[in-house]
Amino acid sequence: MSIEPLWEVFVRSRRGLSHTHVGSLHAPDATMALRNARDVYTRRQEGVSIWVVRATDITASSPDEKDEFFDPAGDKVYRHPTFYEVPEGVEHL
Amino acid sequence: MLTRMDSFQATIDADGRIEPRDAMPEGYRKTLIRQIAQHAHSEIIGMQPEGNWISRAPSLRRKAILMAKVQDEAGHGLYLYAAAETLGVDRAELLDLLHAGRQKYSSIFNYPTLTWADIGAIGWLVDGAAIVNQVPLCRCSYGPYARAMVRVCKEESFHQRQGFEILHTLCNGTPGQKAMAQDALDRWWWPSLMMFGPPDAASTHSEQSMAWGIKRHSNDELRQRFVDMTVPQADILGLRVPDDGLVYDDATGHYTFTEPDYAELYEVVKGNGPCNEKRLAHRVKAHEDGAWVREAAAAYAAKRQEAVA
Repeated sequence: MSIEPLWEVFVRSRRGLSHTHVGSLHAPDATMALRNARDVYTRRQEGVSIWVVRATDITASSPDEKDEFFDPAGDKVYRHPTFYEVPEGVEHL
Repeated sequence: MLTRMDSFQATIDADGRIEPRDAMPEGYRKTLIRQIAQHAHSEIIGMQPEGNWISRAPSLRRKAILMAKVQDEAGHGLYLYAAAETLGVDRAELLDLLHAGRQKYSSIFNYPTLTWADIGAIGWLVDGAAIVNQVPLCRCSYGPYARAMVRVCKEESFHQRQGFEILHTLCNGTPGQKAMAQDALDRWWWPSLMMFGPPDAASTHSEQSMAWGIKRHSNDELRQRFVDMTVPQADILGLRVPDDGLVYDDATGHYTFTEPDYAELYEVVKGNGPCNEKRLAHRVKAHEDGAWVREAAAAYAAKRQEAVA
């Protein structure tokens, strides 16, 4: 086993965009994880902000129950604007 | 009722991507671990032949570029180890297998870099061949590997250009410098062709990897693509590709070329290349010499943790 825990790395590529997952790395603590993330994932100014999160702190939905888990949204087409009929001539709706 | 394996096959058939926690056949997982690990090992072993020239680069500009390139190779290794770990292996375990000689790295790095022109030839030919191999991997069926390859390919094109620039400068220099460039091409041409692996008829893993969408083109197809791309570039440098059988075929639009000596490839893969022992010994030493740094960082992290608790 690696002595160093695994960290997931998220980078904000520029102001106005959200942080996006870019990969992971090993580091002994959060400070080192941030520095390593800078060197590994932003060598060409790919980011203006970095988050590191311990991989073990992430709770993920299970691919096994993918269908049941996401099913409830499947039959609710009325959540989309295209579901509705708009009479001819109506504007700004 | 669909089983989880049916869903794997359906995803592959639809040219979709498999993600880490999806069900996958054991063979798929093992093939990927082997390939990604070998790829990661190649990146970090590949730092050695070039690192060898950092202190002797002919100018500060060349030195800064070479350092950036070698740092990139380290970064590429890390992207790939991270991708391999999503398949349930540990990086430390993969490094142990490399150090024990139980996992391979690309045979090309077992050749020595004798002159500065070799640094040009590596960038132009070795990174050029790597790009031809790697671009299709950006569409590999395994998501984390494909994403890592997108990053690698973006960075790799600078590597190839800086190599070409080194050779272009030498080729427009003194006759001695041009001869040095020709000598580098003469030595790196054949090993570069071997980078695409054995010919299709003798390639053991190819068929299954193609069916799984891990591999998109055959070894011979990629080798041909590399030759077609590279020969006109050699013409621009004014260098001669060391192959008497090289002819452009007007009918097919491709070059006909002599195959490399695959017996040599097998020998180098087996561990009998010019630098195999040296490369591995250096890697093991670097790992062992770094042990105190890893231990100190872990001790510091533990101490800080205690202070918080």
